[in-house]
Amino acid sequence: MQPQPADSAARSVIDIAKLSLTFETGDGPVHALSDIDLNIGAGEFVSFIGPSGCGKTTLLRVIADLEAPTGGTISVNGMSPHEARLARAYGYVFQAAALYPWRTIAENIALPLEIMGHSREDREERVRRNMELVDLDGFERKYPWQLSGGMQQRASIARALSFDPDLLLMDEPFGALDEIVRDHLNEQLLKLWAKTDKTVVFVTHSIPEAVFLSTKIVVLCPRPGRIYDIIDNPLPRDRGLDIRETAEFLKVAHRVREGLRAGHSYDD
Amino acid sequence: MSPVTRILSTLALVVALMGSMLTVIETPIMTLGLFALPVLLVGVLLSILVLAPYRTGLLSGARACAALTGVSLLMAVALLGTVSTYPGAASHGFWAYVLVAWAMAWLSVEELSGLMPQSPLGQRLVALAIPLSFGVWLLILWQLAVVGFGVPRVLLPAPSEIWLRLLSSPQILWEDFRQTFLKAVLIGYALGCGSGFLVAILVDRVPFLRRGLLPIGNLVSALPIIGVAPIMVMWFGFDWPSKAAVVVIMTFFPMLVNTVTGLAAADRIQHDLMHTYAANYRQTLLKMRLPMAMPFIFNALKINSTLALIGAIVAEFFGTPIVGMGFRISTEVGRMNVDMVWASIAVAALAGSLFYGLVTLIERVVTFWHPSVRG
Ligand SMILES: Nc1ncnc2c1ncn2[C@@H]1O[C@H](COP(=O)(O)OP(=O)(O)O)[C@@H](O)[C@H]1O
Ligand SMILES: [Mg+2]
Repeated sequence: MQPQPADSAARSVIDIAKLSLTFETGDGPVHALSDIDLNIGAGEFVSFIGPSGCGKTTLLRVIADLEAPTGGTISVNGMSPHEARLARAYGYVFQAAALYPWRTIAENIALPLEIMGHSREDREERVRRNMELVDLDGFERKYPWQLSGGMQQRASIARALSFDPDLLLMDEPFGALDEIVRDHLNEQLLKLWAKTDKTVVFVTHSIPEAVFLSTKIVVLCPRPGRIYDIIDNPLPRDRGLDIRETAEFLKVAHRVREGLRAGHSYDD
Repeated sequence: MSPVTRILSTLALVVALMGSMLTVIETPIMTLGLFALPVLLVGVLLSILVLAPYRTGLLSGARACAALTGVSLLMAVALLGTVSTYPGAASHGFWAYVLVAWAMAWLSVEELSGLMPQSPLGQRLVALAIPLSFGVWLLILWQLAVVGFGVPRVLLPAPSEIWLRLLSSPQILWEDFRQTFLKAVLIGYALGCGSGFLVAILVDRVPFLRRGLLPIGNLVSALPIIGVAPIMVMWFGFDWPSKAAVVVIMTFFPMLVNTVTGLAAADRIQHDLMHTYAANYRQTLLKMRLPMAMPFIFNALKINSTLALIGAIVAEFFGTPIVGMGFRISTEVGRMNVDMVWASIAVAALAGSLFYGLVTLIERVVTFWHPSVRG
């Protein structure tokens, strides 16, 4: 991909204003999102955090044009989400790896490339590069069911990165993994982000994960789903796992926790 | 030793020991006991020699399995020889020894399934040996019962007679096989499954067809479609095309219903994934939905392999040129040539099993990734 210009932080990738989404269900309307205002700049790492049911997934799906908002405006790369999707503007990592069991890991990673019409040589080159990126080299010919959950999720990240989108949307990608694997993958993801200069939108319900990864943390609260707080993370971009012991880290984590508690309190 | 094994081995041992007091063969002019039948006597003595240590636990595992198999087969041979020398004259003692032989065969299979061979080849052999033993003993007991009781041939011929008929009429059986299986079944199967598949793709694409045609498909799948056979004969004549038409109708709906179900098998997250790549209809179909539907499609292919054979044979009952498995069965029954009927049934059973087995084999290759196959 192209190196970002120096003023990239100023360029806005996602612009959301007064956005709302109401699901009409059998037992009446569900206000999944209400009055969302949010800007995400190029090269940012933004986390959505909040209790389950607060609309994190829905907001990410609206950005990805997998869900249509019922009110307000949203633009992705200056286009409507629909146009951005057709332009293959983003890679999406789902909560489950969703690899196809009849394809090898390499073939799974090549799937978007096949669909987008890349040549065979280009596919092979990109698969090789991205498998290396997520530390999966040597597992090309394995099938998904022969791999651990962590490896499957890494393969699904490699698949989302294979066509080199500038924007990466990730919905609790490490939610189902154990703590150690998760720490390791967080570190890898951060390195990857630093290396590639992509914009990442990351859904989580883990406070340390959000604080460790993000440049910006968006705290959501439920019923109706809305933004309670947006926290700019002052930690340096270049960070290792030890930073989690520092006072600064704990201060940010504390603020996130306060936000979650305040947004959540009336609900129990 | 399980309770069943214990009871069965005790019973076999007791009967083997007491059998010598019973009459084995009884004809109007003579009665024979065990000591007048030397081969059977040897078999019984060996049975006791194996059963006694087996019952007391001195003999077990692979050796017990081998010994029990060997002696039970020896007993089978002795019994078959005895009964064919004196057909219809079997008496209590004879059936007692049949019980002993069968019990030993049962015990050998018990021991066999208890074996845990290390190598994959060994495991496969064990998996093969168990149904094989069942099949062989089914034939042995059938032969013993028919000859021993002197069952009239018209009611039920012995396997040996069916076998002789198979050997003596290969020409007729081959002609029938070609007419019914190679023409009506295979062509009808290919057309029925193929058109069911294509219509399913169409139905899936057009929502109102799905809502209209699918309930009908489900209904028709459950109907005894074989009833249309006379109509097909009227439409397509006496030769194989009318039989193939019946097969087409019988196989079409199961394929339609299964394929449509299979095409709906992909879950939301997999559809969303293709959506994020802005994949078009064709790409989604070929790269996700069809592979996903394969287990369902093979389910239909397997059901249809059986239906096609039944359909073609039964359809021939309603009019046919003077060749075909269904024709053979219906005419030879009328002529009391039951051994020919059974020979035709045997050919049909063999062809059907091989056909089914072949489809299953292909299924295992194509859906190697499915949890039920990858094991
Ligand atoms: N397709 C849908 N139809 C109806 N309600 C939905 C749908 N998707 C999500 N919701 C509801 O919207 C709310 C937000 O859901 P979600 O975005 O999945 O929350 P989160 O990801 O934060 O746990 C929940 O109350 C959920 O039940
Ligand atoms: Mg969610």
